[in-house]
Amino acid sequence: MSADPTASDKRYKIIEATMRRYGYQSHGLIEALHSAQEAFGYLDDVTLWHIARTLHLPPSKVFGVATFYNLFTLKPQGAHTCVVCLGTACYIKGAREVLAALEAEYDVKAGGTTRDNQLSVLTARCFGSCALAPVITFDGETIGKVAPATVTQQIAQRLAAVQQTA
Amino acid sequence: MNLEELNATAASERLAQAKKRHHIRVCVGTACQALNSEQLAKELQAELRRRGQNGDVEVKCVGCPGLCSLGPLVEIESQVNGQAAIAGTEGGQRKSILYQFVKPEDAGEIVAHLGGEPIKRLETPLDQPFFTRQTKIVLEHCGKIDPERIEDYIAVGGYQALMKVLTEMTPQQVIDAITRSGLRGRGGAGFPTGLKWGTVAKADPNAYPTSVPVGIQSRKFVICNGDEGDPGAFMDRSVMEGDPHRILEGMAIAAYAVGANHGFIYVRAEYPLAVKRLRTAIRQAQRAGLLGNNIGGTAFSFNVDIRLGAGAFVCGEETALMASIEGGRGVPRPRPPFPAECGLWGCPTLINNVETLANVPPIIMKGADWFASIGTEKSKGTKVFALTGQVAHTGLIEVPMGITLREIVFDIGGGIPGGRQFKAVQTGGPSGGCIPAQFLDMPVDYESLAKVGSIMGSGGMIVMDDSTDMVEVARFFMEFCMDESCGKCIPCRAGTVQMHRILTKIQEGKATRRDIQILEELCDLVKHTSLCGLGQSAPNPVISTLRYFRDEYEKKLAADETNGKTPQPSAQVANPSA
Ligand SMILES: Cc1cc2nc3c(=O)[nH]c(=O)nc-3n(C[C@H](O)[C@H](O)[C@H](O)COP(=O)(O)O)c2cc1C
Repeated sequence: MSADPTASDKRYKIIEATMRRYGYQSHGLIEALHSAQEAFGYLDDVTLWHIARTLHLPPSKVFGVATFYNLFTLKPQGAHTCVVCLGTACYIKGAREVLAALEAEYDVKAGGTTRDNQLSVLTARCFGSCALAPVITFDGETIGKVAPATVTQQIAQRLAAVQQTA
Repeated sequence: MNLEELNATAASERLAQAKKRHHIRVCVGTACQALNSEQLAKELQAELRRRGQNGDVEVKCVGCPGLCSLGPLVEIESQVNGQAAIAGTEGGQRKSILYQFVKPEDAGEIVAHLGGEPIKRLETPLDQPFFTRQTKIVLEHCGKIDPERIEDYIAVGGYQALMKVLTEMTPQQVIDAITRSGLRGRGGAGFPTGLKWGTVAKADPNAYPTSVPVGIQSRKFVICNGDEGDPGAFMDRSVMEGDPHRILEGMAIAAYAVGANHGFIYVRAEYPLAVKRLRTAIRQAQRAGLLGNNIGGTAFSFNVDIRLGAGAFVCGEETALMASIEGGRGVPRPRPPFPAECGLWGCPTLINNVETLANVPPIIMKGADWFASIGTEKSKGTKVFALTGQVAHTGLIEVPMGITLREIVFDIGGGIPGGRQFKAVQTGGPSGGCIPAQFLDMPVDYESLAKVGSIMGSGGMIVMDDSTDMVEVARFFMEFCMDESCGKCIPCRAGTVQMHRILTKIQEGKATRRDIQILEELCDLVKHTSLCGLGQSAPNPVISTLRYFRDEYEKKLAADETNGKTPQPSAQVANPSA
């Protein structure tokens, strides 16, 4: 067995701080998972087991909670994410066609990541930016009033821009 | 901070603001921020510094003034020095102009025109029905104050209600005032708020076994429900972003009334800006002694924590929400016992919606009778709606209860764009229904909406034009409920999957009359046998579209559909969907 990564990786300190804030009690579990996902981008087995041990919870409870909530992901994401809002207002203004255009362009299904691991195309329930419907986000930046015909170009431009600076 | 210090802060802040000749208010709500409004505010400030006018003019980043479809919005309020009052200005001393679609590049021109003629290219009238037909109580400060400064809130009378309650009223008097005001829950069901407060106040914390975590002293709790899961609704988000102290003040008053010393605000993680502003507000209020121990020098102590949701619609349901705060899966449990008696960690718990709590401070300050004079007999006060969909003006509106749908859609909303016809308005999200044109003149209140098969809901109002496919709308909401069903009870878990399957079959043109019949039976079954409100209301969009737009369903039936044939119902094994 290799050395315990939770001892050497600094990111575990962030999770540790969250758990300490709640006195290592079980009601801090969701907050700990939020911290972990923020630090690592997703929740892997090592992290989930580590949280279970530290909070003295059965791993089944930790995995149960992590898989219950849509926001937690147990799979690594692509380098960049594009989220299509599928809230009601976006939906009736054509969000489905926007999603279909992105899926076709990048050859992924919603929730998936391109083969080169550059882009994940995800969907969301509602950002509450309904006045800008249909809305997508690219790495957290909100892009409003998108259209199926032009959205792929908007994403391609942004991808090219971030890849150039990287 | 005690009352004198509060008044002193308010007075000095007002004085500082009165010295400025112009107030430029830039909306930095989520929608306008997405259109670069923060950059615009920075450009304005830079331009003012360049011209040496920054002592004279204040640039304020404010919450949402409502008319999101014209954003980013900039409001400029200027002193009219010694000039005669202009109609519609406050006290005749200030006049306001509103600019729409403002870009960072416009900063120079805006500053150059300060005090002069408004820029015609950007100006949008403030006396349009969108603004004049509204009555603002909950949103009165949204778009006016800087949500990140407690002084701004104090200057407009903030925390006065809390001080009044702590120094002049008994908890019972507070409950009586809320009861007399007729305030009902804005989270959807419309439960009388005063009655709920009274129940929690009377509840015995030792009636049920409790398991409060170490470090939390309280044995009763107040929870603010900011989960706002209804897709197409953003009322609560705007209040949390635009006037966060209002919610804290409402919670503190509620806590005093029911005898709680600890509160939680449960916010969905999809609202990062709301979370940030609430965190800032809590920190400021604690530092000012308006939250924490011995508030205002009295014996009352109250602390507030924020808890983040993690993308589960069912967590808006009160028992599921409490399970989530406790750190577990957000699954509901049967009621009774109600949270008022056995809630968070087994303690009596008051759970109210964001908008409900935001109504509390004005009721305390202006009186229950004032509040009860607004609205209809059984629905008092105002309601905030997120008006979206196929309507000219989308955004956030606050209207008195009893206003008609026609006034909302055609006067405030400016009607249907693109020369299309109104078809229906959807209220209540996945738990609500579609209201067709024949009810446009019906008053908007809890009872009337329920009578036509919809609900008030939390306030999403989505306008649909004649191009909308109503079966698709029903299928959309059913897909939502199917995905969001927590899987605990079978009617909801399996029923939503089956209903979605039939709706899909209809859309594919493969359904028969028998399928519609099965769909109706399933609606009835799921509605009456599900554990929580999610399942109980999941069939509503189907029921209401079947009721008013049945012909659209029938037009889509399979071409070779004959009444005599018994087709195969889609009876596959249900997938547990959570
Ligand atoms: C599936 C489901 C989702 C709900 N979502 C919300 C919500 O997002 N926000 C909210 O305030 N209430 C929501 N409610 C209602 C709450 O359970 C609860 O009744 C409400 O917060 C009580 O506050 P009020 O009396 O101030 O309305 C939901 C209920 C159900 C059944």
